[in-house]
Amino acid sequence: MSWGFLRDLLSGVNKYSTGIGRIWVAVVFMFRLLVYIVAAENIWKYEHDEFECNIKQPGCENVCFDHFFPISHIRLWALQLIMVSTPSLLVVFHVAYRENREKHHNQQLYRSPGKIDGGLLCTYLISLILKIAFEIVFLVLFYKLYNGFKVPRLMKCDIRPCPNTVDCFISKPTEKMIFLCFLVVTSCLCIVLNLSELTYLIFKYSIKCYLKRYIRKHQGSRSNCYISEISGRNRPAAAGRFHNSSLTLPLNIQGECEKFSVDLQEG
Amino acid sequence: MDWGSLQAVLGGVNKHSTSIGKIWLTVLFIFRIMILVVAAERVWGDEQQDFVCNTLQPGCRNVCYDHFFPISHIRLWALQLIFVSTPALLVAMHVAYTRHEKKRRFRNGEKIDIEELKNEKMHIRGPLWWTYTSSIFFRIVFEAVFMYVFYYMYDGYQMPRLVKCSAWPCPNTVDCFVSRPTEKTTFTIFMLAVSGICMMLNLAELCYLVIKICMKESRKTT
Repeated sequence: MSWGFLRDLLSGVNKYSTGIGRIWVAVVFMFRLLVYIVAAENIWKYEHDEFECNIKQPGCENVCFDHFFPISHIRLWALQLIMVSTPSLLVVFHVAYRENREKHHNQQLYRSPGKIDGGLLCTYLISLILKIAFEIVFLVLFYKLYNGFKVPRLMKCDIRPCPNTVDCFISKPTEKMIFLCFLVVTSCLCIVLNLSELTYLIFKYSIKCYLKRYIRKHQGSRSNCYISEISGRNRPAAAGRFHNSSLTLPLNIQGECEKFSVDLQEG
Repeated sequence: MDWGSLQAVLGGVNKHSTSIGKIWLTVLFIFRIMILVVAAERVWGDEQQDFVCNTLQPGCRNVCYDHFFPISHIRLWALQLIFVSTPALLVAMHVAYTRHEKKRRFRNGEKIDIEELKNEKMHIRGPLWWTYTSSIFFRIVFEAVFMYVFYYMYDGYQMPRLVKCSAWPCPNTVDCFVSRPTEKTTFTIFMLAVSGICMMLNLAELCYLVIKICMKESRKTT
């Protein structure tokens, strides 16, 4: 069990994502997971051994390290990567559920189990909201735990058993700060991508819903058009009345009705 | 999960590259990623432990190491390789998008051979040409930027044996000795040379693509 599992999970999710979702997967894979494994992990490898305090008092270094780093940057980073990738599992489970249902009923229940519509759309939106929430929570946690994203060279420590205020030096602070900035930038980029995807999906499906309702209304009044045109051939006054009363219809539908009547007469 | 995953991703792009692109990919994997993993990482493995300063003052070594090596060579190379490989993803995404569109047309009734679609090599023309040339352009830019960053940060490409440090809490100017400076200089120059070769390959590929499209256009007009 290693990061390969997360890589396989992300590849599986890619199939059911939108275009922006695929870009998000690529960013997480290349700029967060890969950078973490090939570069960042090694920087924090010997952080405890290389943490040095200007004192020979046994236990002082341990206590000071524990006080300044309740949870190491690198572990927090790993947790963030896992938590942020996990909501995508909801989508995978939902698609698997749909496929199982189709198999169980032995007939096609959905246009395509992986198509983002209906219940799967809600699951997808929830997974996006959860991803954004986790990203923000971890960024805030980083900020609060370490008083910003800076890594100082020197920290002053006066916790027992340190006899007085001692100077403690952190190893590779500049390198750590560079990679923390990288982490923050990529997190923010992922938040922006998730927000865009959320906005895009909400916008797309609202327009779809609105158009469906509009077309249903239009089809309803179109059949009214046809009936009144048939009766209008025999009773021109009735057709005229229809046109006069079509003020309630949107103007282009009225135009459609007139076009329809012209077609009928030519046909 | 490691560089092997990157290899799997880039291997897919290999199918749709030009011959020069395939050579570039081979050079990238054999002379850069493999050298980084099997050799360079070991040379830099003990860099802070074996960085020794001529003082017993606690903290002086940490501070001096941080001052002279704000970001280690090995990490900078890893970032360079990731950034240089990323533009190839643009091509992979474009190919995937084109295939997706063809599959959609197939579902709408057009006659397309699905098996052939999976193994089809995309020809570099039309919008794919633009995506491919942009990816090469970005690769060249990233290579140049990282080579400059190396030069600027370490005042050249040579690793000194001795650095003089007077940052607090060092009591005065102390001598600090870098571990394995000659071996590190050798690898730095090797990686620099291979970066240069990769840049030349990218430039050649860019010129080849531009000349090919110009010749095609001139043949169309005559």
